[in-house]
Amino acid sequence: MPNDHQKAEPLLKVEGLKQYFRINKNFTVKAVDGVDFVIYPGETYGLVGESGSGKSTIGRSVIRLYDPTAGKITFNGMDISGRLSKGTNDKLRTQMQMIFQDPMESLNPRKKIGDIIGEGLDIHHSYKSSRDREDKIKAMLEKVGLSPEHATRYPHQFSGGQRQRVGIARALIMNPRLIIADECISALDVSIQAQVVNLMKDIQEETGTAYLFIAHDLSMVKYISDRIGVLHLGHLLETGTTEEIFDHPVHPYTKSLLSAIPAPNPQVEKKRKALTYDYKTSGIDYSQGTNHLVEGTHYVKCTDEEFEKWL
Amino acid sequence: MSEKERKKILQIKNLDISFRTTAGLVHAIRGVDIDLYKGETVAIVGESGSGKSVTMKAAMGILASNAVVNSGTINFSYTHLKDGSPDTVDILKQNKKWIREHINGRRIAMVFQDPMTSLDPTMQIGKQVMEAMIWHYGTPKQEAWDKSVELLREVGIEEPEKRMKNYPHQLSGGMRQRIVIAIALACDPDLLICDEPTTALDVTIQARIIELIRKIQLERGISVIYITHDLGVVAKVADYVNVMYAGKIVEKGTIDEIYYDPRHPYTWGLLSAMPDLDTDDDRLYTIPGSPPNLLHEKPGDAFAPRNRYALVVDDKAQPPMFKITDTHYAATWLLDPRAPKVEMPIELKTRIERMKKEAGKYAE
Repeated sequence: MPNDHQKAEPLLKVEGLKQYFRINKNFTVKAVDGVDFVIYPGETYGLVGESGSGKSTIGRSVIRLYDPTAGKITFNGMDISGRLSKGTNDKLRTQMQMIFQDPMESLNPRKKIGDIIGEGLDIHHSYKSSRDREDKIKAMLEKVGLSPEHATRYPHQFSGGQRQRVGIARALIMNPRLIIADECISALDVSIQAQVVNLMKDIQEETGTAYLFIAHDLSMVKYISDRIGVLHLGHLLETGTTEEIFDHPVHPYTKSLLSAIPAPNPQVEKKRKALTYDYKTSGIDYSQGTNHLVEGTHYVKCTDEEFEKWL
Repeated sequence: MSEKERKKILQIKNLDISFRTTAGLVHAIRGVDIDLYKGETVAIVGESGSGKSVTMKAAMGILASNAVVNSGTINFSYTHLKDGSPDTVDILKQNKKWIREHINGRRIAMVFQDPMTSLDPTMQIGKQVMEAMIWHYGTPKQEAWDKSVELLREVGIEEPEKRMKNYPHQLSGGMRQRIVIAIALACDPDLLICDEPTTALDVTIQARIIELIRKIQLERGISVIYITHDLGVVAKVADYVNVMYAGKIVEKGTIDEIYYDPRHPYTWGLLSAMPDLDTDDDRLYTIPGSPPNLLHEKPGDAFAPRNRYALVVDDKAQPPMFKITDTHYAATWLLDPRAPKVEMPIELKTRIERMKKEAGKYAE
C-alpha cells in the first residue's frame, strides 16, 4: 500500500516546522525544531516519541491551535502556515479535525451528546433543515457504534470507551480529509483500546480519511500505521514505512525505543535487556544533522560521519 | 523455586469488600484469595474497576472510610526486630494506629502510579526519604542522611548528595519515580506493592524502572506485588499471575501457564487485545462491551454478557475455581467436564505458537 502513495500528491506537507515558546527574554523552549514529513491521502502516519519530545505540539501546530514560529505547512494544496484568510480558515476547520486524549475533559459536561457532535454542523451551517441535522447526527452515532437514543444524553452517562466514540463522531461529522488523533487511546483500558482502534480502521476504509496518529504505545502504532516518524527532543530523527522502521532501525534512539517495548512473552522478556540511550553522553548533536536517505521512503537525521557509522 | 522451604508472607483469604455510596452498596471485591511467598513476585492484572488496587489497599490497611469488609482475612507474617521471633497478624483485625506503626512503610511499602502526586512538592527530596526512617526507627539525623544518600545511589540517581536538596519539580518523571522507590525502600520492607508503577512513564524509562525494581528485589530478597494492566510488563517481572475481573480472580497460575496455556475467555481476550510487534491481523480481537457496573449485581458469571463462549449455566450460577494443575486455576464453566469443548481463538493460538518458538531461541 505505501508504494501507491508515492505517486499521489501529499495531503499534508510539513517543511521545516519550528515551534518555539518564549518563556522570558533569556529562555525559549524549542519544542519542535525543524521537522519535515508528508502524509498521503488515506494513510495513517504514526508519530512516536517520549513525553516532551514535541509530538503533541506538532499536532497542535498543524491544526493551527498554535502559530508556528517558522516553516511551511501545505494542506490539500493550501498554504496554512501563515495568516489564514477567511476561506482557508473555513476549509481548514472542516477538512482537518482532532480527537483528543481524555474523552472526559474534551467533551463539554453541560451539553448533550447530539449537540456536541452537531456543533461543527451548526458553526458551518452545513445542513438544510433541523431534520437534516438530526439525521446526520443519528447516522454518525450509528457509524461509531452508539445508538441514536444516545443523542439526548450527557457525557457523564457514558463509559470511557463510549465517550471516545463520541469524540470520534464529533471529528467525523465534517467529513474531514485528515484526523489528528492525539494519544486518543492512552486513557482507555486494554480491551476498549482494541475496540476503538478497530473502529478507526473501519472508518478509514469507509471514508478514506487520513490519520496523524500520535502515541507512545509502539505496538499499537505499529499495528495501525502505514508510515512512522520517530521524534526526540523536537527533532524528527527517523521516518519511513512501518516495516522500514521496525525491521531496520538506523538511529540509536530508535533502536533503544524499540528494544524497550515489553513483549507479552515471559520466557523471552525475562532474559532480554533493553538498550539504553542517553542523549547527553551519546555525542550526537541533533541540530547538526541533515536528512539522509536510507532507502525507499526511509530517512534518518544525522551528520555524514554518523550516517556511515550507523549503516 | 519450590525445592527450598517457601515461606508464606502474605495470605489473603476469601476477601469480600463493599463500598457505601450514595447510589447504594457497590460490591467491589467478591471473594479474593492470594498467596505470596518470600522473594517471589505476584502480578494482579485487570481492567480499571476490577478491584486490583482495592485488594492491595486492604492489605495495607488504607481502605477508604466508606469501605465495608464483609468477610475474609489478610494474614501477614513477619519477624520481630528485637528478638527475631516470627509472628502472624490479620491486618483486617488491627486498628489504624497499630497498622501505621508496624505495617505501613515499615514492613509493607507501596509505590504509586503518579510520582508527581505521591511526592510532597514543598519538601526537599532528601527530607522525604529520611522521614520514614526517623519516624519508624528514630534514626539519628546524620545517619539517616547518609543512609538516604546510599539509597539514592542504589536506585540509580547520579550525584545523590546534590539531589538530596532538590525539590520534586526539579526532577524528570523517571527520576521522581526512582525517588518514590527509594522512599519505599527506606525502612527495609518485607513486601513492596507497586500500583501501576510505570503507567505514567515512557517506554524507555519504564524499562529502566522495571529493571531497577527487579535488581533490588534480587539483592534484598523482598517480595513484590505488581498491580498493572500491561501484560508486557507482567511478562517481564512476575512469577505468578492473578487475572481479576469484576472483583474476582478469574484465573491464576504461574507466568508460563497464563501466557502459554490460558484457559479463561477473559484472559484470551486480554492477551489478544494487545497487539505484539508481530501482529498483522486485519482486526484486533476485542472483548465486546464494557466492564460491568458492580452496583447492580446479577446472578451467574459477571463476565458472561461479554463472553462469546458463554454457556446457559453462566447466567444462573457462578463458576467455581476449576483446577488445571497444582498451580493453575480458572473460574469458567468451560472447564467443567460436562461443558462442550471450546478452543481458544485461532489468532491467539497461532500467536502462542509463535511466542513459544521465539522463547525457544532464548532458551540457551
